[in-house]
Amino acid sequence: MTEYALRPDLAMIARWIRPGSRVLDLGCGDGTLLRHLRDTREVTGYGLEIDADNIVRCIESDVNVIRMDLDRGLDAFATDSFDYVVLTQALQVVQRPDFLLEEMLRIGRESIVTFPNFGHWQCRLQLGLRGHMPVTPSLPDEWYDTPNIHLCTVRDFERLCAQKNLHILARNVVDRHHRSNFWMRSMPNLLGQVALYSLKRNGAPRAGENAAT
Amino acid sequence: MARSLPTDSVGIVTPEKLHFDQPLALDCGRSLPAHDLVYETYGTLNASRSNAILICHALSGDHHAAGYHSAEDRKPGWWDKCIGPGKAIDTNRFFVVCPNNIGGCKGSTGPASINPETGRYYGPDFPVVTVRDWVRSQARLADALGIEQWAAVAGGSLGGMQVMQWAIDYSERVRHALVIAAAPRLSAQNIAFNEIARQAIMSDPDFRDGYYLEHNVSPRRGLALARMLGHVTYLSEASMRAKFGRDLREGKLSFGYDVEFEVESYLRYQGHSFVDRFDANTYLLMTKALDYFDPAQDTNGDLAAAFRDSHSRFLVLSFSSDWRFAPARSREIVKALMDADRRVTYAEISSSLGHDDFLMPIPDYVRILGTYLDRVAREVGAHD
Repeated sequence: MTEYALRPDLAMIARWIRPGSRVLDLGCGDGTLLRHLRDTREVTGYGLEIDADNIVRCIESDVNVIRMDLDRGLDAFATDSFDYVVLTQALQVVQRPDFLLEEMLRIGRESIVTFPNFGHWQCRLQLGLRGHMPVTPSLPDEWYDTPNIHLCTVRDFERLCAQKNLHILARNVVDRHHRSNFWMRSMPNLLGQVALYSLKRNGAPRAGENAAT
Repeated sequence: MARSLPTDSVGIVTPEKLHFDQPLALDCGRSLPAHDLVYETYGTLNASRSNAILICHALSGDHHAAGYHSAEDRKPGWWDKCIGPGKAIDTNRFFVVCPNNIGGCKGSTGPASINPETGRYYGPDFPVVTVRDWVRSQARLADALGIEQWAAVAGGSLGGMQVMQWAIDYSERVRHALVIAAAPRLSAQNIAFNEIARQAIMSDPDFRDGYYLEHNVSPRRGLALARMLGHVTYLSEASMRAKFGRDLREGKLSFGYDVEFEVESYLRYQGHSFVDRFDANTYLLMTKALDYFDPAQDTNGDLAAAFRDSHSRFLVLSFSSDWRFAPARSREIVKALMDADRRVTYAEISSSLGHDDFLMPIPDYVRILGTYLDRVAREVGAHD
């Protein structure tokens, strides 16, 4: 058993994943989530990562890591080949988040997605009243050098899910310290800085369930 | 004049030779009644015999992977940049073994050896051996050295193919399979280049149907041509451009067919220096082993099925500028491993030289290989 404290958002994601599952983590960073899932929930799987430093850290942690650019597509992965496909804080950096979301739910029975919520009141205040692109502690980049090319709000994301016929199994919103409270849960699009979703295709079985049931 | 060797070198090494007198059955249906295997070792085997790494060589390689044979040697072994004390394959921790494959021409039994049954050179009568045959003979070497399980088996290009075969045929004896700059099987284009190389050798009048040694001649022009062609496939377009451009040796065009461009001079040098150290029949045999390699042939072309029962863990590496075995070929291997739910780590290394980059100390490459083997060292209890 590991003794390190897991980042709270990753801990939330980990609770959504059934023990013994097969997980694909897109943009797995230094492999913290997969390592935690392996050590605590007997999860197997792979992380996809593009950054060489992160790849080295994954290797140090004994996490299976595959160097791959998410924008080049996920054709290499067979349909329904994973229980969960996870994408943490990277939906907004890819060329086509909508295609990626479809691919995730083709490859995995369930998907877990987290992203910075552009509907947070600080963003609204900066754009609405001050008239400039928001720069906040959770979105610290300027408009010209940000990797976040497809920012969205909680409402935007849920509309996309409805269009794609995706079923939201669970939602959570947290602040940038990954804490949540009653007010955030009541007004997620205004008060949540980071949104976390657990999704599946409508009508499809959940991870770990038989297709026949 | 003797000079001091680099401190991160394994130093002066002496090849060793083992004679095997049990027949070795080969894929072609024939068998070698007896054979020699020449190999080098670097580092020390630990008490539990858990820290051994097998290195498999590529087409023109041999057992001399690291260090120097004498203080006068101009060049170290072919993978010296990665093997040595403190290097990615750290001889302070690992016991490294590199054999010359059978069919080779550097001391292991091959076409240039004397056939004990006839007292004459094997020449073209030496059986066409396969990657699987090599692996079988390497397993015998492991037995002879008392190595039950390799901490890792590693190799680039054709060497990487042997690694895959090891992980399929003897996976319980391979903890980690390090497959570098390889392909799951040759493409038609790869085979085409091999065929041109073979034709160059076989159409040399001095080839004499392969019996050139008996006639005291050598198909030098053919073998040099084959090597020149090979070299083009080892380098990227960009690296040739950077290295030679269109530079002229004499500074002006001569309107003739002698060497004019620097790249021509380079290729001729590579070709001619090769014929003094390599046997033409071995070259033919090595290219055939490449062409025939197909680990999925017993599973109806399904590579994932071939890997499904392997217990080995895999590190697959490719190089962005390699067009001979491009990263897409390595990704085929990785896809098959993931489809088979095997443990695999994959990285494409940004590089510029081409296929030969697997021999180079590219920082990202060395770091990834070194980090991976650090972990292997901890896992098998290999200490400084």
